[in-house]
Amino acid sequence: MSAAWPDVPAFPLAAKAALGDAQLRRNLGRATKTIRDKRLTVVEEMPDWEGLREAGRALKERTLRHLDTHLVQLEAAVEAAGGHVHWARDGEECNRIVTALVQATGARDVVKVKSMATVETGLNEALEAAGIEALETDLAELIVQLGRDRPSHILVPAIHRNRAEIRDLFRRTIGPEDLTDEPAVLAEAARRYLRSRFLRATVGISGANFAVAETGTLSVLESEGNGRMCTTLPETLITVCGIEKLVPTWQDLEVFLQLLPRSSTAERMNPYTTLWSGVRDGDGPRAFHLVLLDNGRTGSLADELARQTLACIRCSACLNVCPVYERTGGHAYGSVYPGPIGAILTPQLAGMKQSGSLPFASSLCGACYEVCPVKIDIPTVLVHLRDRSNKERAAASLRGRLDPERLALKAVARGFATRGRYERLQKLGRRAQWPVARKGKIERLPGELGGWTEARDLMPIPDQTFREWWVARR
Amino acid sequence: MSAARDEILARVRGALKDVPASEPSDASGLARDYRRVGELSHEERVALFVERCADYRADVRRVGAGELPAAIAQALSARGVRRLAIPTGLLPDWRVDGFDWVEDDALTHDQLSEVDGVVTGCAVAIAINGAIVLDCGAEQGRRALTLLPDYHLCVVREEQVVELMPEGIDRLAVAARAGQPMTIVAGPSATSDIEFNRVEGVHGPRTLDVLVVAAAPA
Repeated sequence: MSAAWPDVPAFPLAAKAALGDAQLRRNLGRATKTIRDKRLTVVEEMPDWEGLREAGRALKERTLRHLDTHLVQLEAAVEAAGGHVHWARDGEECNRIVTALVQATGARDVVKVKSMATVETGLNEALEAAGIEALETDLAELIVQLGRDRPSHILVPAIHRNRAEIRDLFRRTIGPEDLTDEPAVLAEAARRYLRSRFLRATVGISGANFAVAETGTLSVLESEGNGRMCTTLPETLITVCGIEKLVPTWQDLEVFLQLLPRSSTAERMNPYTTLWSGVRDGDGPRAFHLVLLDNGRTGSLADELARQTLACIRCSACLNVCPVYERTGGHAYGSVYPGPIGAILTPQLAGMKQSGSLPFASSLCGACYEVCPVKIDIPTVLVHLRDRSNKERAAASLRGRLDPERLALKAVARGFATRGRYERLQKLGRRAQWPVARKGKIERLPGELGGWTEARDLMPIPDQTFREWWVARR
Repeated sequence: MSAARDEILARVRGALKDVPASEPSDASGLARDYRRVGELSHEERVALFVERCADYRADVRRVGAGELPAAIAQALSARGVRRLAIPTGLLPDWRVDGFDWVEDDALTHDQLSEVDGVVTGCAVAIAINGAIVLDCGAEQGRRALTLLPDYHLCVVREEQVVELMPEGIDRLAVAARAGQPMTIVAGPSATSDIEFNRVEGVHGPRTLDVLVVAAAPA
């Protein structure tokens, strides 16, 4: 299992199907507009927001550039606090470690608080294969799990479902049958369904938002209290944490605990944040295991320009402002991480062969960069990965080398290189365009070039170009 | 197990060949160009905390130094709660007459679920985001205590209120280094998972009352 779903077609095809779903577009349009407006309000009241963003960026950059030092320090701090640290090179190894840890306790089921890392590794499916039931306790994750669906948003995985669809799902699954579609009533149904499960769970599984190398502190930021339940009540807690989640010191949390809530749920602070290190007598789990997950992250680290992708704190602000995401939804990305961040993160984690179309799933408008709380320059990374994707395709096969778009763009690049060539090409094009230019527009290009005109018209080269007019008027 | 550790660390080091050895690994030299020391007066700071905490639909009230026991009794009566769990370190004069006080002397999770509510103090309160931090100190108890009961009455002393997040994090540094678990609470439990609309009351306490008590005159 990896960050990409192999059964979803390349983005252009999947997006086309998603765009045809009017209900999906309505649900997404409403939800993303709500959160965009709220975010703007809580960000604008912070006069030092730009200073916080820059500090967040710089801290993450520094941490990543010395990741080995911080990982070793974190390991020592967690062990000193009575925890156990495990290392997983890939998703499969992570799942094997977690499964063995659960089996060692004798538990047949576990409660889970929403964790992107474990969606990435496919942990629930691996546990199920070992006969262990993994119950998702975050409301949106529960909706996805009950509907045998896939997450479509980093923060609100069921964003593609509206209240009426959720009511119908709950009536079919957890009851009762007279549920209304009031969000408060639906939340109450989830509370009743999960309460007894929390109380009898012996193993909890979580992700981590931040891991403090200095103190060994892990943190889960959440809203519902399910995160507190999962990290506090069970006897054993297993936390899966990507190796990029580290911050050097306790003090550094002062930056990230301000950036994350305002960027993600657009709140000044999320309702609950749990911070713990190791185990504590008389408070919380008696055994704590931390699994540090690579799964492609070191590959990203090796690319100096794309490395900044690992600074992501998974707030999802870039999804909510993205004009592409707002229209296609998350499933079209075929990736655990959708939206702009998914378009740069997933190809690096899952490989270009699987996800090479994702860096192209953007208009490069730059809205994602503007809202990113740690200033990841997503547009620049997108262009860089497009180049990598093209080069890898060309290197992989003759077909890739002979791709018409690639050849055409190469020719264009040569034509644009000098003034003389450019002007000769214009003259040539004016004579050659007559089969496709009609009434001052080119509505359809032939063959493989037809993709360009599928969604837009091209202007033909005019009888007199601007440059010709400029020369003539003197 | 250690093979994986060695391999991951080797991959990390291999990926970071461009980083000069002279560069510090910690945050030294990085700009922290954001507010780190508050500028509000005591009165403005407490008022901001009250406003922002109440914004989460917590019921927040200010009380004078001598009025706390009466205010506790009034809040509990108004909510109709009678059996209340408390941490063992809670001050005796907060345990007002007319209610059943159940000390959390290693109560089971089921027992904690059955009380009507819980009364605690806090470690720090942060004005700018209306958040309350519990660090499992004597007046707060363990994490499960403030999680399982459906009602939480939290007493905040005015001198525990700081203006900014960095000031709060700084006050908590000793507890963090001592490995004390912490919970930051901003209002009652809530979810935004249905159409991004916030709804209060999911798994944690569905009702949060906060009493902000003035310092006793010196």
